[in-house]
Amino acid sequence: MPSVLVSTTINGDAVEYACPQDETLLDSLRDRVGLTGVKEGCGTGDCGACSITLDGRLVCSCLVLGVEANGREITTVEGLSDGDKLHPLQEKFIEHAALQCGICTPGFLIAAKALLDRNPNPTVEEIRYGLAGNLCRCTGYDKIVRAVQAAAKQMRKK
Amino acid sequence: MRFESPTTTREAVALLTRERGDAYVLAGGTDLLVRMKLDLIEPDLVVDIKGIAAMQSIRTTASGTRIGAAVSCAELGENKKLKKTWPGVVEAANLIGSDQIQGRCTMVGNLCNASPAADSVPALMAAAAKVVIVGKKKRRTVAIEKIITGPGETSLARGEVIEAIILPRRPPKSGDAYLRFIPRTEMDIAVVSAGISLKLERGVIKSARVALGAVAATPLLVPAAARAIVGSKLDDAALEKLAAACSNACKPIDDKRGTIEYRTRVVGVLARRAAKIAYQRAGGA
Amino acid sequence: MPQDTSYTHQKFNVIGTRPKRPDGIDKVTGRAKFGADTSAPGQLVGLILRSPHAHATIRKIDTSKAERLKGVKAVLTSADLPDLTDGDRAMLDILENCMARGRALYDGHAVAAVAAIDAQTAKKALKLIKVDYKVLPHVTDVDEAIKPGAPIIQDWVFTAGVEPKPKRPSNISQRTEFGHGDVEAGFAEADVIVERSYKTEQTHQGYIEPHACLASVRPDGSGELWVTTQGHFTFRNICSSLLGMDVAKLKVTASEIGGGFGGKTHVWMEPVALALSRKANRPVKLVMSRDEVFRATGPTCSTSVDVKIGAKKDGTITAATAELRYQNGAFPNIWGMLGAMTSFACYDLKNVKSIGYDILCNRPKVAAYRAPSAPMAAFGVESTMDLVAAEIGMDPVDFRIKNAAKEGTLASYGPTYGPIGIGPTLEAVKNHPHMRARLGKNQGRGMACGFWFNFGGQTCTDLNIGIDGTVTLTVGTVDVGGSRASLSLIAAEELGIPYDQVITNIADTASLGFNDMTEGSRGTFSSGMAAIFAARNAIEVLRKRAAQMWEIPVEAVVWEKGEAKAMGKKHGNLPQLSLKEIAAKAPNTGGPIAGHSEVVADNAGVSFASHICDVEVDPETGATKVIRYTVIQDAGKAIHPDYVEGQFQGGAVQGIGWALNEEYIYGEDGRLQNAGFLDYRMPVCSDIPFIDTQILEIPNPNHPYGVRGVGETSIVPPLAAIGNAVSNAVGVRLSHVPMSPPRILKALVEASGS
Repeated sequence: MPSVLVSTTINGDAVEYACPQDETLLDSLRDRVGLTGVKEGCGTGDCGACSITLDGRLVCSCLVLGVEANGREITTVEGLSDGDKLHPLQEKFIEHAALQCGICTPGFLIAAKALLDRNPNPTVEEIRYGLAGNLCRCTGYDKIVRAVQAAAKQMRKK
Repeated sequence: MRFESPTTTREAVALLTRERGDAYVLAGGTDLLVRMKLDLIEPDLVVDIKGIAAMQSIRTTASGTRIGAAVSCAELGENKKLKKTWPGVVEAANLIGSDQIQGRCTMVGNLCNASPAADSVPALMAAAAKVVIVGKKKRRTVAIEKIITGPGETSLARGEVIEAIILPRRPPKSGDAYLRFIPRTEMDIAVVSAGISLKLERGVIKSARVALGAVAATPLLVPAAARAIVGSKLDDAALEKLAAACSNACKPIDDKRGTIEYRTRVVGVLARRAAKIAYQRAGGA
Repeated sequence: MPQDTSYTHQKFNVIGTRPKRPDGIDKVTGRAKFGADTSAPGQLVGLILRSPHAHATIRKIDTSKAERLKGVKAVLTSADLPDLTDGDRAMLDILENCMARGRALYDGHAVAAVAAIDAQTAKKALKLIKVDYKVLPHVTDVDEAIKPGAPIIQDWVFTAGVEPKPKRPSNISQRTEFGHGDVEAGFAEADVIVERSYKTEQTHQGYIEPHACLASVRPDGSGELWVTTQGHFTFRNICSSLLGMDVAKLKVTASEIGGGFGGKTHVWMEPVALALSRKANRPVKLVMSRDEVFRATGPTCSTSVDVKIGAKKDGTITAATAELRYQNGAFPNIWGMLGAMTSFACYDLKNVKSIGYDILCNRPKVAAYRAPSAPMAAFGVESTMDLVAAEIGMDPVDFRIKNAAKEGTLASYGPTYGPIGIGPTLEAVKNHPHMRARLGKNQGRGMACGFWFNFGGQTCTDLNIGIDGTVTLTVGTVDVGGSRASLSLIAAEELGIPYDQVITNIADTASLGFNDMTEGSRGTFSSGMAAIFAARNAIEVLRKRAAQMWEIPVEAVVWEKGEAKAMGKKHGNLPQLSLKEIAAKAPNTGGPIAGHSEVVADNAGVSFASHICDVEVDPETGATKVIRYTVIQDAGKAIHPDYVEGQFQGGAVQGIGWALNEEYIYGEDGRLQNAGFLDYRMPVCSDIPFIDTQILEIPNPNHPYGVRGVGETSIVPPLAAIGNAVSNAVGVRLSHVPMSPPRILKALVEASGS
């Protein structure tokens, strides 16, 4: 079957791409739109490295078809900062050394943002369960949880 | 592969019926896309049902609650009324995967994937849920336990789709609960699970339904386990009988997720714990 | 004195602070480029066909249909990879692991590869390749592999290290022995002897980024490789050697690396990508799926270990022995030897013997995994230490303190220790509030110790001073977890300038001399040492330039706090010259100012850790939850404490995963059943508590700043610490890792007899 044209909104911008109908949104974002901040760690929804929001809902882009994005709104890690101003989560991840290799970081940031959008003052347990869909193999999660706590605190001040 | 996104159930059925190759229904895609990725299936047609209005809503009707087939499990968790009425069912649905998976996965998808370990199915079986099936010629309503016939196999005919799940009205003094065991705290498939729904009369269990997951080729409804607690106030003796009935009913296998020995023992533990929660929810002491 | 490695006892200005890492912004905005994140004009997609059999002869591979498929540009089998290794069996093993040569040795062994215009075509082409296998008997269990009649994996392997030399091939590739004293006499002196056997299952490093590379080989024999690796110089040498390329003509660039933990110290498919590119004369991008990563790369050994320890009632260990059988996968290596070397390294023992066996199985080639081989040996030894302590009625911490190795101890593996940290970490355990915290029902506390050698190795750096006085430090060790920040701190410290005046870059292989890989906890230790030497060389130049600017003898110029200072009565009144001022004049005083250094950074300084762990076990399900965890480790000197803590925490959590749930599960058919993150159960965020850390600093006398490697030791104690905690919680001793719920419940049921 031929590729189909998909019209979508990514990080606030209107974007069009053509993709084969069985291609995942992850592959479309990476290979057709050039958003390689979205990572593939497993391709089966088990690691969260490809996390994005689709119409505001957190999903694994590896478990969405590229064609499904037609008419939808997508946010990726590339869309987190506001111009030259980093999102508080981005700032706190750097400040708290919440990343070592950094491959899982885009997914964690998106998942953490989805969590804080829903729950601005989460407990440690809520943070841990909210991020359970994102695997990190370097940090043991300690500094990630602390960075999310710090970002939540800063975001509540505003 | 061809992707179609119909807006009516009838259109979806027509697409699926017409297709000569391998056709699949896409709801949340959290199982379907995994199978595609692992090269277990190569669909010729994928029909996305998320654009069908009749499948998108949660509605209260005279006979109970109608949950559209495309409603994500996250939406179930966000529905306060449903959560209050059928906490066990909603908990079970919310146990499937991470927040990322929750945003996409559906109970009907969980059902049609037909895994013996599907989390929502034992809870729905305990709740005496029914499903609305739409085919080319007719529409039928079937008890949920009639759907899964074996690992990965359902009783749905070619071209049939499930449009909705119907949960019965919650009788007074009743409660439900679902528990599963996984080695981690998240992200695992149930090693063993138990769903229980029960109704009390003056503190005594008047009726009950007990369903078990991951202990046989399909989720099991276990009337003997229900009988073990009916007529009791869920005292220790009744709980022991319940556990024994559950252990007796299961026919598990040894696999990468657990052993026969383990599943047989722990199914009783979970049934006991789930029964206590359901009993409490029903207003029992 | 630029190359003097001795500890300087200096007071630090920036070392020990926690500045932001230079690659942070790229990594939180998605800009950082990892292995799969780049592309080249005309690039093809490569895919590998893998054996579904654990052991088979490959009779024939028919690639004709795949070759005829439109869009396929190259199909590759071992026929395209002639043996150029000239009798170097270890190199041939690497080649054979990358592409099977007439036999498949494990489920997932590569047998053919394709390069095509897109993923869909490549996938189709793989399905058109027909492989005719003759399936052979297989063996995947380490103890089964050494039983008589077990299928022989490699008929050229005869057990090394035994007399007389064996006449028949064996799955035991070598026997190694370490120790000293007379263990029989030692056991005869003991009041108590505990002897016990242990098993550990195979685990994977579990880095989140799959292996990925982009290869481009030109018809003139030159080429480039972009790859996620822990050591691009080593990758260059291996790939060029296997493919008959000149070392200088293959430029390898290390991408940002999405985790390695040892698994990215080995080439797995990079030579295949280069060969495909050579055959197609197009760039080829090859990215593994997660399934391929599990089936065909990097697990560590499964093991079977026997430990025997004898002690007097006063707690003195009189003798200790261990026999360690390590499963190496299908190719021989030294993992059992490392296990034997590390097993008793924490203790000062009069009589000690450890024997290691390296054993072949039909499993993937074993790769290094963070302190490779040490965790399994420590599981056996540290579990037995607790049992002995219980037998003689002594507190397990006191028992370890009594027998701890110290400066001057003859280590069980040969050397005599300098100043070391095992004693101090144990004292820190004893004094830690964690040890006094109350435990609830079904909860238990355990502790254990761990050791790792640490490694230095070949290292080369450049330090260039810009016209504005900012400094570029160029290193060849891949940054796996923040080392660019640490190395900038070191260069800034040595030059006496602020941290943000130094930028550290990782050079490609065409831009710097050879560097060993980032392995053996060597990144910050060795590149840090080379950075200090390069800075000292640059300071020599800076002094000369200052002398020139002042027109005084260089002997009269010293370097202090980032400035040249004229000394003596004659010149002492000259205003100091800052690095910036000297740099600005460089074009007129002799040109660019730089320092260079190449070293073999020896004496990395051994590392010790002690961990404390509290668990809660559900006695009805066997589920274990870690509720509190403390890591205490000697870092020598923590350059950037955030990233030292990060290493402690990350290693501990990998160890927790290993201890509780992670394992390779093979079926009767010899195939891996859980090649994915769903059923290979690495810890998720909600499984784990905060990991408390305590950094001890016992300076390494052989590093100017006292640095020891810190990356690996943290994975060594957790298996035993959790085993001891579970035992204290529910009264059963687990001797099989992972201590998964079914194993714990089984042990509980057996213990209660119900």
